[in-house]
Amino acid sequence: MKLDVNGRAHEVDADPATPLLYVLREDLKLNAAKFGCGLGQCGACTVLADGEAIFSCITPLSVVQGRRITTLEGLGTAEKPGPMQRAFIELQAAQCGYCIPGMMMRAQALLEHKPAASEAEIRAALQPNLCRCGTHMRIVRAAVRAGELMRGKS
Amino acid sequence: MNRREFIATGGALIVSFALPVWGQKLPGALDKEPLLDAWLRVGADGRITVFTGKAELGQGIKTAILQIAAEQLAVDMNAIELVTADTALTPNEGYTAGSNSMKDSGTAVLHAAAQAREILIAEAAKRLGVPAGELSAQAGEVRTRDGRRVAYGALVQNELLHVRAAPQSKLIARIADRKYMGKPVARVDIPAKVTGGAAYVHDLRLPDMVHARVVRPPSYGAKLKSVEMEPVAKMAGVLKIVRDGSFLAVVAAREWIAVQAMRALRTHAQWEETRKLPRDVYATLAQLPSQDSVIAGADAQPPQGARLLQAEYRRPYQLHGAIGPACAVARYENGALTIWTHSQGVYPLRGAISELMSMAPERVHCIHLEGSGCYGHNAADDVAADAALVARAVPGTPVRVQWMREDEHAWEPYGPAMITKVRAALDASGNVAGWQYDVWSNTHSSRPGKAGELAAAWSLERPFPPSPPRPIPQPEGGGDRNAIPLYKFPATRVTHHFIPEMPLRVSALRALGGYMNVFSIESFVDELAGAAKADPVAFRLRQLDDPRARDVIRFAAERFGWDAYKKQNGRGRGFAFARYKNLAAYCALAMEVEVQRETGELRVLRVVAAVDSGEAVNPDGIRNQIEGGILQSLSWTTFEAVMYNDARITSRDWGTYPILRFSHVPLAMEVHVIDRPGEHFLGTGEAAQGPAAGALANALAHASGVRVRELPFSPRRLRVTLNA
Amino acid sequence: MISGVALLTALAIVTGFSGCASRGAIAPGAQPQSFPRGQVAKGAELAHLGNCLGCHTAVDGKPYAGGTPIKTPFGTIYGTNITPDADTGIGRWSLEAFTRALREGVDRDGRHLYPAFPYDHFTKVTDEDIAALYAFLMTREPVRQENRTNRVPIPRAFVGVWKSRYFTPGVYQPDSSRSAEWNRGAYLVQGLGHCGACHTPRNKLGAEEKDAAFAGGEVERWHAPALNAASPSPVPWTVEALQQYLRHGIADLHAMSAGPMQEVTHDLSKVADDALRAMATYIVSLDTRSDAERRQHAAAALERAGKMRAMQGNTIYDGACADCHNRGRAEEGGALELPLGTALTVPTPRNLAYIIRDGIVPPEGERGSWMPAFAGMLTNEQLTDLLIYLRALSGQSAWPDVAREVRNISRGDQ
Ligand code: FES
Ligand code: FES
Repeated sequence: MKLDVNGRAHEVDADPATPLLYVLREDLKLNAAKFGCGLGQCGACTVLADGEAIFSCITPLSVVQGRRITTLEGLGTAEKPGPMQRAFIELQAAQCGYCIPGMMMRAQALLEHKPAASEAEIRAALQPNLCRCGTHMRIVRAAVRAGELMRGKS
Repeated sequence: MNRREFIATGGALIVSFALPVWGQKLPGALDKEPLLDAWLRVGADGRITVFTGKAELGQGIKTAILQIAAEQLAVDMNAIELVTADTALTPNEGYTAGSNSMKDSGTAVLHAAAQAREILIAEAAKRLGVPAGELSAQAGEVRTRDGRRVAYGALVQNELLHVRAAPQSKLIARIADRKYMGKPVARVDIPAKVTGGAAYVHDLRLPDMVHARVVRPPSYGAKLKSVEMEPVAKMAGVLKIVRDGSFLAVVAAREWIAVQAMRALRTHAQWEETRKLPRDVYATLAQLPSQDSVIAGADAQPPQGARLLQAEYRRPYQLHGAIGPACAVARYENGALTIWTHSQGVYPLRGAISELMSMAPERVHCIHLEGSGCYGHNAADDVAADAALVARAVPGTPVRVQWMREDEHAWEPYGPAMITKVRAALDASGNVAGWQYDVWSNTHSSRPGKAGELAAAWSLERPFPPSPPRPIPQPEGGGDRNAIPLYKFPATRVTHHFIPEMPLRVSALRALGGYMNVFSIESFVDELAGAAKADPVAFRLRQLDDPRARDVIRFAAERFGWDAYKKQNGRGRGFAFARYKNLAAYCALAMEVEVQRETGELRVLRVVAAVDSGEAVNPDGIRNQIEGGILQSLSWTTFEAVMYNDARITSRDWGTYPILRFSHVPLAMEVHVIDRPGEHFLGTGEAAQGPAAGALANALAHASGVRVRELPFSPRRLRVTLNA
Repeated sequence: MISGVALLTALAIVTGFSGCASRGAIAPGAQPQSFPRGQVAKGAELAHLGNCLGCHTAVDGKPYAGGTPIKTPFGTIYGTNITPDADTGIGRWSLEAFTRALREGVDRDGRHLYPAFPYDHFTKVTDEDIAALYAFLMTREPVRQENRTNRVPIPRAFVGVWKSRYFTPGVYQPDSSRSAEWNRGAYLVQGLGHCGACHTPRNKLGAEEKDAAFAGGEVERWHAPALNAASPSPVPWTVEALQQYLRHGIADLHAMSAGPMQEVTHDLSKVADDALRAMATYIVSLDTRSDAERRQHAAAALERAGKMRAMQGNTIYDGACADCHNRGRAEEGGALELPLGTALTVPTPRNLAYIIRDGIVPPEGERGSWMPAFAGMLTNEQLTDLLIYLRALSGQSAWPDVAREVRNISRGDQ
């Protein structure tokens, strides 16, 4: 199966029914997308497919063939963090951090569609994602900040 | 030769430095592990390694310890490598729990680092022939006034730091001199977490690693009658099926295949179940035999008088509910076992696993790696046991086991259901004249240490029974944590009714009984204030003389705008306060809520909190912990209760166990840290949960005119209660 | 197709305006009033039965304060403020005015109400129940919120014409040949419950086709399945299953409530069991197939489902659906067995497409089964394939033109 992940083409040898999450983690050794429920209820596994936020835990590999997959790794690196990552670091928006990659990807999807999304829109967009540590206030602030950084405000 | 033997035969330096005054207590965890080089080492190359037996749980402990160590050693934070909980490397600090990490480990590292710095300076003084007073430590070097420098690495021969700690240290204490402590230093673990670095045990990938899933029984005590393994064993990619009694697991080369094989195996398994879960847990708790202990006011008279109030409060079973289900990796090789785990206690886990596997503890090596936030004793230890059992069946191959969402919901040990009853009398001037408080609870710690505390152990052919449950003694307490009010109520009598029999599996959930006791006490204090026609904040203040308690209360009330508050229809404000465990951080908070009587929907609009954690090593870390504690408590208090039928847990996912989502996140939250430089570090991670629940209850009562005493304040309950 | 508006105009001309004029205003009632607790409680239950909140509460709005857009083929009508606010709500409505609105479809000023307010059903409600509803509404929190102006290009006078043709006022009359429970069910279903408003097909003028009562209708672009002998449920409904469905929004061998019905079952979950049982009794009686026939259907459906389970799947189903839907629901917290699901057997793929796209999520903070939203995951072609595959699972003949339906839905037609 061919996969386009973070702008790179990959060839993976997996059953086409395998949920994308397992392939990202196991075959491509990407850490960011997390298993949380496998049920589409928590958003820990959120990645982008052609810019749309999807639950990778319930997305079979076959349906994302030929589509552009973006994971958190595609937004930057620890050395060169992208705006979303800079914002989360700047606002120290994590406790355990397990939910955070999913939050960032969902916020990313929103801001790519709507760069000037309001705080209320960000909160509404993040509704599918759960955080158990109670980092919500910071997550919202960081997403707002990411929007600013993307719009070129420092 | 182990460390202890070494010191017995050790060099002269031990004598030449500080001989501890025997019997005098050493600061923090130094008291248990007094050797300085158990906490930090300096290599000949100058590399510094700091060791803590505590684990990073997302609370930011790594950063705080690095701040302390770097400050006191006078080095750059980046120059230090930090090693956390590892049975081969770090001190045994038991569990990372009870908000004790800063108090125990933080304090130990603080003094160890300060003393190490002075030892290095003294050694340099000796070598350079300069009085120590003319030397200073800077950037990993000892410097003379005339510009000569000796690197730490060059000073450390002869086990220089292999000495016992002294009771006192010369701390870098002046705020003006400080670089790290007291500053909102950015957390060291965050960059990896926000860029897809390997940050969790879940991300550990060892060469040739395989994946396993356990087919958990459908209910407590279920016995595996029969299972047809053949069809699953034949599935492509399935490597092995492991069965030991009712313990059933499947190993596969790929994770998704392991999941599917587990599901398939489940359909081929027949179980024999028992049906004995309680229909009405509160009635059951009230009937079960209890061990009663009066923890305050054994000879206080029961409250009496014309103005006598009483109330009963209830709390259901609640989940830890880590977002990432428990995970562990284990490798069994040549009779030795290595386990990578997010257990809160690597040493106690080692004890339990060695018993489970009949191995000598030295043959079991437990290494902590981060997991998803745990909030107490969740399934982290259980999955480590699963991994150990499976790893033994595939020697030489590392095995990664992760629980499924439904396993985590149904099998983790819950925060116990509890009942509290309180009676109090008001005197003529509207102050409390007598206070009687009773709390009924199961244990709040069934943590391992013994094999019988691991879920898998109950299913084995030769099972290990759980250890008899025990209460946690005061002053920390378990079910009775925070059961003694900090208020100066005369004739206070508090009784803990400890119930040994556990209808559902329970253990430590963040704040333990403190959550329920503070919720109860703070609810009732408001009820009393109402009866006394007093302002709830003023009522609290006039019955408290701890000045730090008064400070957080006044601070929170003022920042909230308590006195100027204007009540609107359907809205209300609430206040609550507690000092966690009556000996850790102080936290007061005020909030405003809105409640919809028709739908039962309760929303928090605004929260203002004030916290005093003693000396604030990382104020932003404290804020983060308090914000998290508040939100987690709002989730518990508004939504959460574990559901079950007569045999099975029916809360199996986030649909059947709803928790807080963004739509119910307050619109605004402020957390103010009152820094107390020079004061002891006070644990913070569990300081906010009780007060947040109390304030929510009080705000709900203010908004709706109805006092709700049973948790959670779910839409369903409020719809019924507010319209009754 | 001739537009509803044009038809209505034609009808108005044919019928003439006489006899359809507005009625007189009723003087403001005295305020405030107090009511016996029991009456208010009864009114609360009736309000849930009637799903009043549904049309009279906007998203994130105050309960009963109106503002909800209700899209009809004739334009958008906004639910009104029925809180007892004197100026913007019904605070000045006397019981008489309130009763007249339900019975005759006329507001306090005497103007005709659009039949989006289902007075063709509410007219059947007894005086006693209307009084209880009134007591309940009058004891709600008054909310000052102006009503939004409807966007319907039809003058109210035409509504009079429509009523003269399609509306028969009158309280429910019991059928003495039936049991008391059946009659209670019929009263609730035909009256306050206004089930036919969705489950009965409508003619071009938006009136229910009385001859085809409960033969399946449409609401907010969802198909509301037939409740009579034409019921698409592969396993015919039993009273127990239907009662369970009405209370919990899910019945293992049939369906999970979705779309507009989810709100209804959520409201009904607050209604006492005896009322739900009566409703289920009546509704199941609409299915006139013999017991033997029904049993046979059930057996065949279960057998087919068993076979489907063993059938080789399709990769989308296996990767996205099977983990829950093949797990066995009651046993392991899984989901419905799809070959039994009603969404696969209704005449249109729309319901299933909406369910897959948006999921079925319990109301915030309430417990319930959870179907995740697959929005963004599947392309139109993939969704089409999945729908075709699922339809095949049901053993029914293929849906016509699934691809076009999917395209329409993705263009935001709903
Ligand atoms: S892991 Fe995918 S939504 Fe929870
Ligand atoms: S930061 Fe731990 S779950 Fe969100």
